[in-house]
Amino acid sequence: MEKESSTGRKAVSAEQSVSQTRSMKKILSGDSIFKGITICFALSILFILLLMVYEMGRESFPSIRQFGLKFITSSTWDAVAEDFGALPFIYGSVISSLLALLLATPLSVGTAIFVTEISQKRIGGIISALVELLAAIPSVIYGLWGVLVMAPWLQRSVQPFLIDHFGYLPFFQGAPYGVSMMAAVIILMIMIVPIITSISKEVLMAIPQSQREAAVALGATRWEMIRMAVLPYGRSGILGAVILGLGRAIGETMAVTMVIGNTPQISLSLLSPAYTMPSVIANEFAETTTRMHSAALMEIGLILLAVTLLVNVLARLLVWSVTRGTAGGGRIQ
Amino acid sequence: MGIKLKLEGVNVFFGNNRAVKDVNIDFHANMVTAIIGPSGCGKSTVLRSINRMHDMVPSARVTGKILLDQTDIYEKNADPVSIRRRIGMVFQKPNPFPAMSIYDNVIAGYKLNGRANRQESDEIVEGSLKRVALWDEVKDRLKKSAMELSGGQQQRLCIARTIAVRPEVILMDEPCSALDPIATAKIEELINELKEQYTVAIVTHNMQQAARVSDYTAFLYLGELIEFDRTGKIFTNPEKKHTEDYITGRFG
Amino acid sequence: MKQVNIRSAKNLVMTFLMFSATVAVLIPLAIIFIHIAKMGFSSISLDFFTSIPKPTGETGGGMANGIVGSGVLIAMASAIGLPIGIFGAIYLVEYGGGKLSSIIRFAADVLNGIPSIITGMVAYTLIVVPMKGFSALAGAVALALIMIPIVLRTAEEQLKMVPNSLREASLALGVPLWRTTFRVTLRSALKGVATGVLLAIARIAGETAPLLFTALGNMFWSKKLTEPIAAMPLQIFNFAISPYEDWHRLAWAGALVLVMFMFTISLATRYFSRQRN
Repeated sequence: MEKESSTGRKAVSAEQSVSQTRSMKKILSGDSIFKGITICFALSILFILLLMVYEMGRESFPSIRQFGLKFITSSTWDAVAEDFGALPFIYGSVISSLLALLLATPLSVGTAIFVTEISQKRIGGIISALVELLAAIPSVIYGLWGVLVMAPWLQRSVQPFLIDHFGYLPFFQGAPYGVSMMAAVIILMIMIVPIITSISKEVLMAIPQSQREAAVALGATRWEMIRMAVLPYGRSGILGAVILGLGRAIGETMAVTMVIGNTPQISLSLLSPAYTMPSVIANEFAETTTRMHSAALMEIGLILLAVTLLVNVLARLLVWSVTRGTAGGGRIQ
Repeated sequence: MGIKLKLEGVNVFFGNNRAVKDVNIDFHANMVTAIIGPSGCGKSTVLRSINRMHDMVPSARVTGKILLDQTDIYEKNADPVSIRRRIGMVFQKPNPFPAMSIYDNVIAGYKLNGRANRQESDEIVEGSLKRVALWDEVKDRLKKSAMELSGGQQQRLCIARTIAVRPEVILMDEPCSALDPIATAKIEELINELKEQYTVAIVTHNMQQAARVSDYTAFLYLGELIEFDRTGKIFTNPEKKHTEDYITGRFG
Repeated sequence: MKQVNIRSAKNLVMTFLMFSATVAVLIPLAIIFIHIAKMGFSSISLDFFTSIPKPTGETGGGMANGIVGSGVLIAMASAIGLPIGIFGAIYLVEYGGGKLSSIIRFAADVLNGIPSIITGMVAYTLIVVPMKGFSALAGAVALALIMIPIVLRTAEEQLKMVPNSLREASLALGVPLWRTTFRVTLRSALKGVATGVLLAIARIAGETAPLLFTALGNMFWSKKLTEPIAAMPLQIFNFAISPYEDWHRLAWAGALVLVMFMFTISLATRYFSRQRN
């Protein structure tokens, strides 16, 4: 994520002067070859992206033609009868991601504020480094911990407690399985906190000190300063960070697959096992026997791809608007 | 006229670096006091110490006394928040809150002390904006973003925001350095009017400005107060050779 | 005065809440680390690095094939991904500036946001289907696709930081741009580019989802790159969801090794970037 922050400006002078040397370059054939090679490699990145979208579209075409819109409204997932509807997976992905986001956002934004606005610089630096370590842990290790440590703990203590005391609520009904929607939500929350925290931190650090001073000089306490000058200024950037977290949560595969219980059902209860779009791909794709089954999984992949593309583009635009200083602060001259 | 604010042996340290050395200045009530000196002489540092802005910089430390109506604002149980409400500050670059409307910007500081009712807020906004001669220019677009104003208008808005809190002292840190000459003239005129109600301290690197707007002038050099006197005296007949050299443009 | 008291009380409460949020974020981190360390160190042995997994029911065994497999996959993925990423970055810095480079940058960012499982699906249709079988090669391609945008963007950042005067000095001597790029620009940005490469390797070393239907995994040693190959993350996954205590222990040991590897890289990159500044 850090790599996003300082592109642009610095390059301008480099590009200008390189273009000044360009006239000289043309006579040197070595350079034209070199330029050709670099262009090919650069273009191949665009090509890869287009190829991915095309392949996903092409491979899922049989399923799109066969089921049409019914694919996203039907709950039947029957590989033998070749009747496929992805609703339980879409439901599982949406609910698990949104709940995780709901829990992760206050924690992440709170941490980002603590690190940038409240704690001493050195302590803030240590906390940021620790949070970044959290981001470096591979998904499969979160899953390992989730399935061997957290899920049994949920099954032993947390879920029976919820059933005993809140069992009348539709969210806490059924038997305590451990592996459940609840386990997936907690794991996802732990995994997206570092992303939202580090991007929010970057956004907050980009807020000009003059904004903070303006609030403080009016007699604001520290919290009033944060609410008055820091949060409004960073609003869109923080929103972008949250959406980026959402994108990560929706696409997250291994950890969720290991703790969600992999049962295609739609249940209000957080204690029931569920299924998500990436999980069903992970579990079934290597073992498909019919063309329609693999096409249906491809279509789920295509939906996933479309959603993550949309989410990412939106989030990047929002984060950009703050860290590149177009949100405010201009117009002084 | 009494002395509103008094600096006694003020030192400001950043880490081990002593940026301001034993400065004594008296700010007379309802007068404008200018602090001048070459850049890097510590004039902004002195100003910022007066409403405890250095509290925001962990390495900064202020020693000595700064008396507001005979009470030391650095006293142990002094509350920086209430001190800053009595001593407002206007910064070098206009810094309105970009996410707020013109109206909300003016009332932002006032609202901190509990709910103001609608009518009261309206009156304060109108009064403050009239005070800075901005009312006629913005009265039809109070709900628009403050970022739509020009630089000079933004700075007057920031002054309106400061006086809406009803401070006793207004500190101005080179308030015109980011503005064009016409906007500068308007602010200077405003400063002249403000002193009827407030005690004003202004930091400027522009000596003509100091001569035009101030009643008293302090000349700082390398963190030390070289000379402090009536502005007329400083600019016509300074005591110190150093001051004379500076105001006649022989250095700095 | 009363107002001020309420306000400072609110300030204290909110400060405490922010502090609590930070603690709440750090607690799972601590718990996960403690478990990995405790379970990992008690399960790890020399066997872990030297033998392959034992069939179920037998005790002992290790992940030697997974460790080597991961190494092979990373090496192959780097061989495919690094040239594309680095040459792409050279294009963006030395020739870019127009619309095309914005599009390429954007494509790289979008690529970076695509869930890795989808990368795996695409590698499956592109390599596994035509070659009629799961293979190390397919796994490497999937990992390379993940690596490319990371390398491209970090290398671009680093190359941009090379002062222009250096390039000019070389160009003024009549050195052609391509040679200048290799001898001067790339060389002075070497540490930064290496940091980017390390970060990309750390990222793909832990990737599991894209390998599920490309490299597939293997309980034994693979002899050819066209065969399925074992990889540490895959083994951790399969052992973790198995019902056998012995395999769980192997999974923990694998997790410890993988996490240590990540942290070593993370420390190395921190060291590099601190040296530069």
